[in-house]
Amino acid sequence: MKKNIIEVRNLSKSFDISLKEPGLKGTIKHFFRRQTKSLEVIKNISFEIKEGEIVGLLGANGAGKTTILKMLCGLIYPSKGSIIVSGDLPYRRKENFLKNITLIMGQKQQLIWDLPPIESFYLNASIYDLDKFEAKKRIKKLSDMLEIDEELFIPVRKLSLGQRMKSELLAALIHKPNILFLDEPTIGLDINAQRNLRGFLQKYNKETNATICLTSHYMKDITSLCKRVICVHNGSISYDGKLDLLLKRLSPVKEILIVCRSEKDAIKLENSGFSVKNKTKNEITIKVENNSITSSLRTILNNFDIVDLYINEPPIDEIIGKILINKNYDI
Amino acid sequence: MNLRKYLKVYKKFLHTSLASELEYKTNILIDLITAILSLTGSIFLLSIFFKNNGIIGGWEFEQALIIQGIYTILNGITNTWFNPNLTEIVKHIREGTLDFVLLKPIDSQFFISLKKINPSGFLEIMLGFFLLIYCIRINQINLNLSFLTLCLITIICSISILYSLWFFISTTTIWFVKTWNATEVLRSFLYIGRFPLNSFSFSLRIFFSVIIPIAFITTIPSEVFLGLSQIWKILLEIIVAMLFLFSSRKFWLYALKFYSSASS
Repeated sequence: MKKNIIEVRNLSKSFDISLKEPGLKGTIKHFFRRQTKSLEVIKNISFEIKEGEIVGLLGANGAGKTTILKMLCGLIYPSKGSIIVSGDLPYRRKENFLKNITLIMGQKQQLIWDLPPIESFYLNASIYDLDKFEAKKRIKKLSDMLEIDEELFIPVRKLSLGQRMKSELLAALIHKPNILFLDEPTIGLDINAQRNLRGFLQKYNKETNATICLTSHYMKDITSLCKRVICVHNGSISYDGKLDLLLKRLSPVKEILIVCRSEKDAIKLENSGFSVKNKTKNEITIKVENNSITSSLRTILNNFDIVDLYINEPPIDEIIGKILINKNYDI
Repeated sequence: MNLRKYLKVYKKFLHTSLASELEYKTNILIDLITAILSLTGSIFLLSIFFKNNGIIGGWEFEQALIIQGIYTILNGITNTWFNPNLTEIVKHIREGTLDFVLLKPIDSQFFISLKKINPSGFLEIMLGFFLLIYCIRINQINLNLSFLTLCLITIICSISILYSLWFFISTTTIWFVKTWNATEVLRSFLYIGRFPLNSFSFSLRIFFSVIIPIAFITTIPSEVFLGLSQIWKILLEIIVAMLFLFSSRKFWLYALKFYSSASS
């Protein structure tokens, strides 16, 4: 059985935020007498992540995903509760702990802007105490996996966003971390670049058994990478479990579009007891529960003269959207 | 602390920042011209002050030039290391890129204080040295080992005080987010260091010695150059420098507990 690499117990985090009234009067008041309020952004959350797992943190903007991620990697001190990552307390930021993790942020960059990425890689290699030979070997391996070559020698400012993100990944992984924290890694990338990045992360996880914890607003990132998701709503965990189970529970029916040979067949199907969503001439859309898909299809194929049929999954963004806006659903 | 690793990393810092700066040749050229003009202007200004009255605060023009030389070296060091790195702290904190620094297995103060260099500051350092060599000649100063050691110690102390003051102000960014003005005020105070401490009134002397110890930074090394310094002043500068370095370090480590990172 795999061991827990991340353990979070009753974690809370509060920030002091300043409040400002609108208008000039509010601005002057704010300048001389600042009013602050303590805001609890993370409220008593607990979870564990096992070695090698890929977990997606889901939540609306401001739900607290990034704060959780930053506490896990030791950037922010927790207000209450405990976090143990790879046997260490993250906020102590001990050398061995830091050599074991990495944080990749889609909206921030660590590469030196005016120089080719290769310079930043060697700088990082020296910070992680890698010798030149080892650094060269790792750069070669990762650049092959990321399918970048010439880009390594072009100044960062001249690279496309996709090429830059790949280089950022390489810079962040040169020390072979066991735990990857990714905060919206595919933000702003085109569809192909997103797919390549996801493919790379899958491959990296498979080859190194690294644990990956990521946040993303692109559902495709979550569905293709994460078997498990943790949904965060207003600083609390509203769901922690398998993604497919969540999707099944939230969307218990599938839609089947059936093209019948004739309108007569469509009418016959309409009156056969299925839940009909709509019907136009010889085409009919019915709703079938997930657990009776096979038996329903058998009945339709055996008893009706049909030309074609399509099974439509409800759009995943729509389903996830339900989680992001509603905390109190029954799961 | 693994010294070998830190030296290796610093070598990389030098390499990458020089390579970055050399990408913009015109900028370097403009900086070099500015450094020469700035030194010429300062000496001209000093000569005007001394024109009517040969002595100011007990210092003759030739002696005051030593202060100008030390100031030029310190200003060069400021432009080479402090300015490109310590002003960047504000940016790191505002934009949240300090995250990357804090997650590296290396001392964060070392990283943010030494990552960049501005090569054009080297010219100022060189000009300052030439001016000092010239001053040694015209003031007929005897060069010996104890003299050079004391000069070196007091200049290192001056650099430490200046660095600590700047670093201390930059650290407050963790709470106040924007402190550009405060570092500008510090730079303005540094200009005061071009003049002998004795040329100011008693209250200003106290202010620039106790509250903001700018006076220590240039006057004491200059006095050492002229053989005028008393041992207690040198010891005091050493103590002040150590105290400043120690407290700026502690302050940084304390401030990091309040770092909340920028939102993504």
